Amino acid sequence: MAQTLVLDRREFLKNSAATGVGLLIGFRLDARTADDPAGSQEKPMPNPFNAWVRITRDNHITLILAKSEMGQGVSTSLPMILAEELCVDWQQVSIEQAPTSPKIYDLGTGGSGSVASSWLPLRRAGAAAREMLITAAAQQWNVNRDTCVAQDGGILHGARKNFLSYGQLVEKASKLPVPDLTKVPLKNSQNFSIIGSELQRVDARSKSSGVAKFGIDSRVPGMQYAVIARCPVFDGKVKTFDATKAKSVSGVHDVFVIDAVAKGAFSAGGVAVVADSSWAAIQGRNALKIEWDEGPHAGESTETLHQQFLDNAAKPAQVLRNDGDANAALARSGKKIEATYEFPFAAHATMEPLNCTVHIRKDGAEAWVPTQAPQWAQDVIAGVSGLPHDSVVVHTTLMGGGFGRRYQADFVMEAAQVAKATGKPVMVLWTREDDMQHDFYRPSSYHKFSGAVESDGKLAAWKHFQTSTSIGSVWGDKGEADTGEGEFGTAAFIPYRTPNYRVEYTLAKSGVPRAWWRSVEHSSSGFVVESFVDELAVAASVDPLQYRLQQMGEDRVIPDFGNPKESKPLVTARLKGVLKLAAEKGAWGSPVEKGMGRGIAAYFSFETYTACVAEVSVVEKAVKVHRLVYAVDCGRAINPDGVRAQVESAAIYGLSALLFDAITIRGGRVEQANFNDYEMPRIADTPKIEVFVVDSSEEPTGIGEPGLPVVGPAICNALYALTGKRIRRLPIRGEDLA
Amino acid sequence: MAVTFELNGQSKIVDVDPQMPLLWVLRDTLNMTGTKFGCGMALCGACTVHINGEAARSCITPVSSVAGKKITTIEGLSTNASHPVQVAWIEEDVPQCGYCQSGQIMSAVALLAKKPNPTDADIDDFMSGNICRCGTYQRIRKAIHRAATLQAAK
Repeated sequence: MAQTLVLDRREFLKNSAATGVGLLIGFRLDARTADDPAGSQEKPMPNPFNAWVRITRDNHITLILAKSEMGQGVSTSLPMILAEELCVDWQQVSIEQAPTSPKIYDLGTGGSGSVASSWLPLRRAGAAAREMLITAAAQQWNVNRDTCVAQDGGILHGARKNFLSYGQLVEKASKLPVPDLTKVPLKNSQNFSIIGSELQRVDARSKSSGVAKFGIDSRVPGMQYAVIARCPVFDGKVKTFDATKAKSVSGVHDVFVIDAVAKGAFSAGGVAVVADSSWAAIQGRNALKIEWDEGPHAGESTETLHQQFLDNAAKPAQVLRNDGDANAALARSGKKIEATYEFPFAAHATMEPLNCTVHIRKDGAEAWVPTQAPQWAQDVIAGVSGLPHDSVVVHTTLMGGGFGRRYQADFVMEAAQVAKATGKPVMVLWTREDDMQHDFYRPSSYHKFSGAVESDGKLAAWKHFQTSTSIGSVWGDKGEADTGEGEFGTAAFIPYRTPNYRVEYTLAKSGVPRAWWRSVEHSSSGFVVESFVDELAVAASVDPLQYRLQQMGEDRVIPDFGNPKESKPLVTARLKGVLKLAAEKGAWGSPVEKGMGRGIAAYFSFETYTACVAEVSVVEKAVKVHRLVYAVDCGRAINPDGVRAQVESAAIYGLSALLFDAITIRGGRVEQANFNDYEMPRIADTPKIEVFVVDSSEEPTGIGEPGLPVVGPAICNALYALTGKRIRRLPIRGEDLA
Repeated sequence: MAVTFELNGQSKIVDVDPQMPLLWVLRDTLNMTGTKFGCGMALCGACTVHINGEAARSCITPVSSVAGKKITTIEGLSTNASHPVQVAWIEEDVPQCGYCQSGQIMSAVALLAKKPNPTDADIDDFMSGNICRCGTYQRIRKAIHRAATLQAAK
């Protein structure tokens, strides 16, 4: 990974150890690693009975989960893969969260990559354990191992004459040599009995009875609760503070300053209030008097950023892609279409506010962290405490939503700092206001499109200028020299054919922290590409579905522009497949009810193909979405109902961006604070959502995020069909509909 | 100040700041963590409990105001997830992250107590105070209809 142009999230996960961001990654759970002989030699597969499968003598089988559960269903889908190859009864297994030490796992959970990156390694691990158990049984019976079969958690030889449970074999099996993982026989998919079946989530019961423990539910004897007053202006600092009143609040124990930490954790620092209850800590913070040094960003506002966008659009930009000569083709075009689109910052707003519980002792530390990056959390706590990594025990808890927010370590840094100062177990708790005003936001962006449509409808030129407050400029090594590749995603390799394709970028500077928000750059890229192609279809007077299919042309395989070697290419036949399926199921082409509009969009992200047909109406200057019909092709679906659940979820998250999400800045600070001024879709906003999953035997690809990018353009294209008005800025305002 | 109330059928006495919201008394004083903190302003419904049978947002309910009252939390619905609403939630695979679901379920139980056979419009109306960031709303609707059927069959 010497040359990293694009700092997308998966790149980040893989490279961060090397780039010094501080995220430690142990064994890379990646098929490519095992395929690479050199890599395999460096990182031998651990014994599956140490790493993945625990079997007791009385045949209790525990499967290890090495990704974080944040609602996306990995605690069901990943053990299903292991259980399939291991040949155990699904009802028989229990599931346990992997530890951070020893470092044999890649626990980082993000980029819609958990199933895709674990698919082959987990199959191999399960198969290796199964083969070792078979060998152990064959040796015990002194028979040819080819006559032994793994079945229902045991090994069978002959017609039920001999059956040994795994529990009876594990002691012997676990001491056998681990088979060569590149050669270990994998099950024929025709014999799958767990993968592909509609299984109930393993956590449905605990989450329906209040017993599921989230990070915020961590309770340790003698623990204290802390909240932190952070400067409302980003990068501001404490000038002076008076804690007299705060300390007089009943239950408050201590008030002290914690330092900001720059690149890496990016924690804000501030004044910590430690108390014996969450409420006392919050009351103590309310009683603090703090004078802030507001720092360099106090003059920033949404208006100044918008002006910067306009200024950038008027200046020459960096050219990221230049096929043919788009400027010349546009200049001579008889039908030139132009459009600009703009997106605000957006907050993650996970339902469980951020929190982290840490106890730093002299001889070691223990932490309970709702995190997508447990090894980074361990790293941060080890760094603050000065303790060796292996004496820092991190318990990865359930998360009340992640969506990328919990890939950060700012809240872990704060808890480690407070715990170091107090020497007692302490939970640092964020209130909703803290969460809303100190997020790492989805970047704000501005896009200028120009397209040339020939008389026969063909796309003569496609030009996309973008300026945004990029994620790469925050996290990448280049800082403000970031060239913005990570801001485009599939917008830099659209499936529509054009000989003249130009992509330009200019960084917009901002003090507002940014990072990965569900579907990351695809949330804006999907919207603009699938909105603009709809505008072109209208200009060409062709039905939007037909126009897309025509402009994709003959089936092609298009390499990922940013990461052609490692990411799977866009296969246009599969994109057409979901478009046609969504169109068929959504009755595309049939008359719509009076007062309703229908729109369509299709997009490729996280190596998954998604299409959506939306039906909408406008009621009192507000959008009402009635129906969303999705078709998704994510390769083989491990648990099809889990796939549908993720698409339903991403649809509502995308709807949130369409209807409400707008973090605005004034005086360098976020204006919104809670769900009254940063609203969420509610049950009444929820349309009927139908999800059709393509039956596929391709390798599984992402599903946590790909449902999101298409929902916005599908709805806005439907609004255009209904009203003749194009939505070119989000969220949708009433005045943009009239 | 000592406040006495009934929690899930058991009498409780707590000695805390009378202004402390019931939410924090449940979570921090009594270690009953099934009831969740989401917003602190009665905007999201994650903290929903029943006070004398009525759904209430515990995050804005001072503990002094529940003196002598009967409180039911998610832990009080059943000991084994056997309440019809819980059964329906499990059968429809409603939860994703699951954080809001205690509050959703407590609201749904209160709705069904008032309207044993609610329409979609009744559900949308009554459940509008509960946010689910994972967007499980469609399954919540289905689960409430299913729970209504289960309750009717009881």
